[in-house]
Amino acid sequence: MAEVSLKGEQRVFMTGNEVVAWAAVAAKVDIMYGYPITPQNEIMHYWTRLAPKYGKKFLQTEDEISAGFTTLGGILTGRKAFTATAGPGNVLMQESAGMAEMMRIPVVYVIQQRGGPSTATVIYAQQETTLTAFGGNGEGHRIVYSTATHQELFDYTIKAFNSAWTYRFPTFLLGDGYQAKMREPLTIYDPEEKGMKLVPAEATVGDMAESGRSFRHLRNTYNTEDELYEVVMANQRDWDAMAPKVVEWEEKGCEDADVIIVSHGIVSRAALGAYNQLRAEGKKVGYFRPITIRPFPGEQLTKAMKGAKKLLVAESAYGQLLKMVQNGTYDNAIEIAPMLRPGVGITTEEIVQEYNKL
Amino acid sequence: MQELKENNVLQPAMPTSWNEETKPHKFCPGCGHGMILKVLGEVIDELGIKDKMVFGCDIGCSLLSWDFFALDTVQTHHGRTTPVITGMKRAKPEIVGVAYMGDGGGYAIGSQHLFNAAVRNEKITIILCNNCNYGMTGGQMAPTTLPGMKTETTPYGRDVEQTGYPTKGPEMVAAVAPEGAYVARGTVANLRQLKGYLKKALENQIAGNGISFVECLSGCPTNWRTNAKQTWEFIEKDMAQYFKVGELRTPQKKEG
Repeated sequence: MAEVSLKGEQRVFMTGNEVVAWAAVAAKVDIMYGYPITPQNEIMHYWTRLAPKYGKKFLQTEDEISAGFTTLGGILTGRKAFTATAGPGNVLMQESAGMAEMMRIPVVYVIQQRGGPSTATVIYAQQETTLTAFGGNGEGHRIVYSTATHQELFDYTIKAFNSAWTYRFPTFLLGDGYQAKMREPLTIYDPEEKGMKLVPAEATVGDMAESGRSFRHLRNTYNTEDELYEVVMANQRDWDAMAPKVVEWEEKGCEDADVIIVSHGIVSRAALGAYNQLRAEGKKVGYFRPITIRPFPGEQLTKAMKGAKKLLVAESAYGQLLKMVQNGTYDNAIEIAPMLRPGVGITTEEIVQEYNKL
Repeated sequence: MQELKENNVLQPAMPTSWNEETKPHKFCPGCGHGMILKVLGEVIDELGIKDKMVFGCDIGCSLLSWDFFALDTVQTHHGRTTPVITGMKRAKPEIVGVAYMGDGGGYAIGSQHLFNAAVRNEKITIILCNNCNYGMTGGQMAPTTLPGMKTETTPYGRDVEQTGYPTKGPEMVAAVAPEGAYVARGTVANLRQLKGYLKKALENQIAGNGISFVECLSGCPTNWRTNAKQTWEFIEKDMAQYFKVGELRTPQKKEG
């Protein structure tokens, strides 16, 4: 592990998993709970090396179910806590994510996607997009940031904790195996030195600092249909009010584009490469990338594609992003050319090739 | 001390840690949960830990205790009460964390959490109500259903060839937990003794010795379809024959 600190800005060359561990330190996280699964293991490896130096804690649990629920426990006592997983571990963690959705627990999950379904590959995929955004037996009241670069892994890990503690919805950082394992340069920093505000953690239970406090009874079981309806609708209203504030996207050249390439996560780096190459060739191509895949920037995409004839949707999954695009732009039908490659990487050359077929 | 009030009638004294607004409680008539929670409430009062305690309950009948006490309470999922309280205690060791669950939550769906919390000697207190069946879901077989006992999923009686023998939880925890653990099995048929066990279990956590685990033998007349006499007979004879009441581990020494 690189010997660096968070004093001032530091240019570093790190793997994505190392970046997440450093970012969690930068976000003043108190404790990580985790269970080994590839490709996120090194987040724990780096965290456990950093933890004693920064007065942080770690617990290796017996499984991902436990990692999810111990994280919720830590958060309820007012500590900033997180966990990280992938693939089948993400499946198991959805149980705790559901409780966090219902009880508005500001939990942060880092998901380094691998191939699916089931054990599949330990390398890479974008096949946890639907699971992460809509897993669990509820309405998908979560914030999901899909990162593309190591700089974003750092920036959005810090942002994920702020969003979680501001809005109190479970917040996911959606990376992938390539991001987890590859090295690239980025700048790390102490957010507070840069004048960024870190949203403080607050205890929900066990707050002994507050003398004569009134006790709290938290539950996620409801007796009647109407009672549940009220709770879920209140959450839905909060979610709807929050969505425009947290939604993020990136777009280039959509104003005059005939074809807009839509992608998320690391595939958008290939898409950006294709966009730059095709633009250099004088092609009227656009680039659109949801950074939050939940809430999905459907309105923004609809606006961006107003003058376009086609969308080229590229993803390393079979239609998980495609469904979100269709759902987000349903009132403005446009021809979509899907480039669906479950579990495999997508290169700039391949996107250019697909574009040239249109 | 209980005070003589109107007409010199002895008023029932309820623990001050109880939430009076939710009494009478929601458990079925004759259920053991109310008795276990009463002695637990008395212990909380005696130890004066109400303000630093977090009480966690499971799904199943134990969830009906989600507003039982006048102290911070979290109701979570089947078997997940142990990791939730573990997570709290790890993050904030000053709290006194209690995980309250049934035999399904502790010995079936959440057994990996119980086992591993014991192995790690988590400084929490786990209280498990054993009533030989799944009460809330309508009386199915539990890990603690006695051989030959009829339940909704063993209508001809539990066949140990098919389903194995009842889980002996305290014996398992006592076998795997390191030094400092406190493990006991009490019964609602002897509340004074049960209260003593629960007190030691909480004191053990407060002392920071290790895990504290108390199983409480309890009754479920609704699903057992027993009258009062039969219920007590089942707890005191049938259950106690298989599940031996007593202390299995004390923090001072590891037996065996």
